Amino acid sequence: MAASTGTLEHAAQQDYERGLIQRIRDGEHEAFYVLIRPYEKRVYAAALALLRNDADAEDCAQEAMLKAFKNIQQFRSEAKFSTWLIQIAVNEARMRRRKQRADLIEPIEKDQGEEGTYSPREFADWREIPSEALERKEVREKLAEALSSIGQIYREVFVLRDMEQLSIEETAKALGISTASVKTRLMRARLMLRDLLAPGLGGPWSRDLSFAKGVKPW
Amino acid sequence: MVIDCEHVWREVSNYLDGEVAPELRTAIEDHVRGCKHCTAVLDGMRNVVELYGDERMMEVPVGFSRRLHQRLEADMSPSRRTFLGWAVAATASLLVAGAIELARSSVFRSPDLRSEHSRTSNHVPPDMMVIVAQEGKTFHVAGCPFIHDKAQLRTISAHQAEQEGYAPCVRCMKKYLDATASAAPNRSKEAFGG
Repeated sequence: MAASTGTLEHAAQQDYERGLIQRIRDGEHEAFYVLIRPYEKRVYAAALALLRNDADAEDCAQEAMLKAFKNIQQFRSEAKFSTWLIQIAVNEARMRRRKQRADLIEPIEKDQGEEGTYSPREFADWREIPSEALERKEVREKLAEALSSIGQIYREVFVLRDMEQLSIEETAKALGISTASVKTRLMRARLMLRDLLAPGLGGPWSRDLSFAKGVKPW
Repeated sequence: MVIDCEHVWREVSNYLDGEVAPELRTAIEDHVRGCKHCTAVLDGMRNVVELYGDERMMEVPVGFSRRLHQRLEADMSPSRRTFLGWAVAATASLLVAGAIELARSSVFRSPDLRSEHSRTSNHVPPDMMVIVAQEGKTFHVAGCPFIHDKAQLRTISAHQAEQEGYAPCVRCMKKYLDATASAAPNRSKEAFGG
């Protein structure tokens, strides 16, 4: 039942967005603000995760929205607008990274051994971080810090799949990689983040971040 | 099927995504039940997915939406006024309208009108459902980012909104405002039945 209700809501949402897109195509530019409003945070989050800089991310998010507006005629109505928009943001962020040559600056060793076995760390004092902890700004900052410390190829897959909630297929398409690669990288990203955060609140993680000092715990 | 820790680590992510075959799923669950380390790995990964998937992890800087709209407004059609321009113009016209209203209030009593704009807005389809804020002066299309005082909103017909003295929002109702200058008079008559 829940699934069918979700599907219905999804269909209604898609219909509503199709209507807005048609109005924009007919020249009612103001409808674009309504269309993008629910996705502003998601576009910014995607840009921030890839660029790791507030100002760059904001500029990238603005540019992506503008490109979406200018290319709205090319949007295929059977596609999902949110996925299309996020993909534009990812492309924009990747282009900027290339311009900044950020890929060269990022430590290469993090991206190596993608296919190798990753051994998760063992924690005797494992404590779960409750989601209520997200109310605290410092917790959100620690999570963002942990995310920005993992390699680019893992970060972009993780952000699209686990933050933007894209499917494995959508993530693969947005990044131009195979679904097998998405699964492998996602596994590594999740394990690395788990290792960075696992000691939990009140544990060594919240007092002294080892990766903040440039020491890799893995 | 019996699997070791390494096999679990390779598949634990797929397991969380429901991407493993039933046989492997059972094997993972059997292994995890008896392995403290793998239990911690599975719980930890589940925690990571839940935390990062939370809406609260998606924050935008203060003023993000406003700056985004300014940029869009400036680039959508460069010849048009900027958002700031519109805001200043709208505020100025409201002030002027208010001053006129005050000056004339003793002679021409029109207490129902919330804005001077109301008088020229009758080309909006009267049966169109619009949003009004209790303390606002304008009516909007649902979802218009310029709706203020979001706590006290009502959905009413454009006709009723005009009757109550609300004026169309210069942003979301612009299509109908633009129509005033061109062929609008005829259309507005049709819309209102003459």
